[in-house]
Amino acid sequence: MITVAFAATAVATLNLPQETSRYIDGKNSHLVQAYCLSCHSADYVTTQPRGQPRAFWEAVVQKMKKAYGAEIPDKEIRTIVDSLTETYGRKN
Amino acid sequence: MLPERRHFLKTLATTWVASSLWGRALRAAATVTLPFENGIRDLVQYPGKRKLIRLTSRPPQLETPFQNFNEGLVTPNDAFFVRYHLSGLPTEIDVQKFRLEVRGKVQNPLSLTLAALKSQFKSFEICAVNQCSGNGRGFSNPRVGGGQLANGAMGNAVWKGVRLADVLKKAGLDSKATHVSFDGLDRPLMPATPDFVKALTVEHANRPEVLLAYQMNGQDLPYLNGFPLRLVVPGYFGTYWVKHLNQIEVLDHEFDGFWMKTAYRIPEAPGSERTKPIGKMVIRSFLTSHLDQAEISVEKKTRLRGIAFDGGTGIREVRISTDQGKSWTKTSLGKDLGPFSFREWTCETTFSEKGEKEIWVRAESMASEIQPLETVFNKSGYQRNGVEKTKVKIV
Ligand code: HEC
Repeated sequence: MITVAFAATAVATLNLPQETSRYIDGKNSHLVQAYCLSCHSADYVTTQPRGQPRAFWEAVVQKMKKAYGAEIPDKEIRTIVDSLTETYGRKN
Repeated sequence: MLPERRHFLKTLATTWVASSLWGRALRAAATVTLPFENGIRDLVQYPGKRKLIRLTSRPPQLETPFQNFNEGLVTPNDAFFVRYHLSGLPTEIDVQKFRLEVRGKVQNPLSLTLAALKSQFKSFEICAVNQCSGNGRGFSNPRVGGGQLANGAMGNAVWKGVRLADVLKKAGLDSKATHVSFDGLDRPLMPATPDFVKALTVEHANRPEVLLAYQMNGQDLPYLNGFPLRLVVPGYFGTYWVKHLNQIEVLDHEFDGFWMKTAYRIPEAPGSERTKPIGKMVIRSFLTSHLDQAEISVEKKTRLRGIAFDGGTGIREVRISTDQGKSWTKTSLGKDLGPFSFREWTCETTFSEKGEKEIWVRAESMASEIQPLETVFNKSGYQRNGVEKTKVKIV
């Protein structure tokens, strides 16, 4: 709510609704949970078009690491990309 | 190939059971299905907002259900879309402590309270469309990554504020000044993520329509639309309209931050690998009186209504076609709220046969820019503007 108290101070505060989106459970999805929730909610991933090839998810994970500084160990990248491709790469 | 279908909304009342330590509560979560694959979204109410379509929750991204655009030419504050990039948005803003800093290549750096901004500079009002660069990305053919929006990431409002040019004049630009960058209170959560900072050329920053706005439709800016101050760049995509604006820096070189240099780029020419920052909005038009799959009675005069806008020259003409573009009929334009605003169009049509029909809408600007029949594809899914084709049922 915006609570603007017009006394000595005028402070606007923001209370956002609870985050409800979740990553879909799947093979190795614990890695997605571990590395893909610190900066944004899961709906960034779950709303992407389904049925995209592995290259799509490879590009996403590389972008998170290189452009946005996600701390994902190189040795986990392959498994994370596989997990995303398997879970979200299928058509609905 | 799938015909590109315009926005239709289907509100399903799905119920789900939430259990808590204290027992179970039944909660109704309304959802909306946007007309593209994987288009199910929650309809949620946020502070200062009516129920909007949630794209993401952290940071918040909300789009306006399309039927709102049929209510009037000005989008109500509580219906206006919300787009953040970074999860470190301010949760509290103390208006007394808020300062707009102007620094860099200037003679007199400024630190202005909101009250000073309002009292020291003349105020201006302008009616202008703010549209997200990725509005309609979900309709891209083929699909591309990014925010999967239907056409509701746009809105038209009357913005009130002071001219950026007047503030820059007070600060006194150095003769070497070439660019101006803009930063707001929102921050990345991780230090390695680039802060959201945008820039304009000095020439553009000095144009009379560019405002530092503190009001929208006669009220303080809604919190989620940039309270207490945002940059308003009429004719330009929303990415430049920095929210919670508190830092202006005058530069003697082109700004090279991530959100200008790497993100929000479009091909220099269609299909080209070379890119340039996205800028002026391209011309668009919509049917708002009838959403996808709407029913229309046969052999009855029906009023069609919609909106059109461009990057700031104004709308010269809007035509519709009900025979897949073979023939086009001129519509009547409504009141002119200025070249940066939505322009209303209306017309009356009678459908003589039952069955499925498509209503196509095509606008032309004062600069003779005409919408292409199909959006020119770009891999970021920016600036969709092909003729929108709404499927209706004549019954
Ligand atoms: C260091 C912070 C950070 C981490 C960690 C992170 N992301 Fe992101 N992600 C971002 C930012 C910033 C954006 C752009 C947000 C915007 O523009 O709204 C983004 C956007 C996205 C998008 C939207 C498409 C796009 O390219 O903008 C997807 C999909 C995504 N992230 C997936 C992931 C996945 C999968 C992971 C885990 C492997 C992940 N993110 C981890 C920061 C991060």
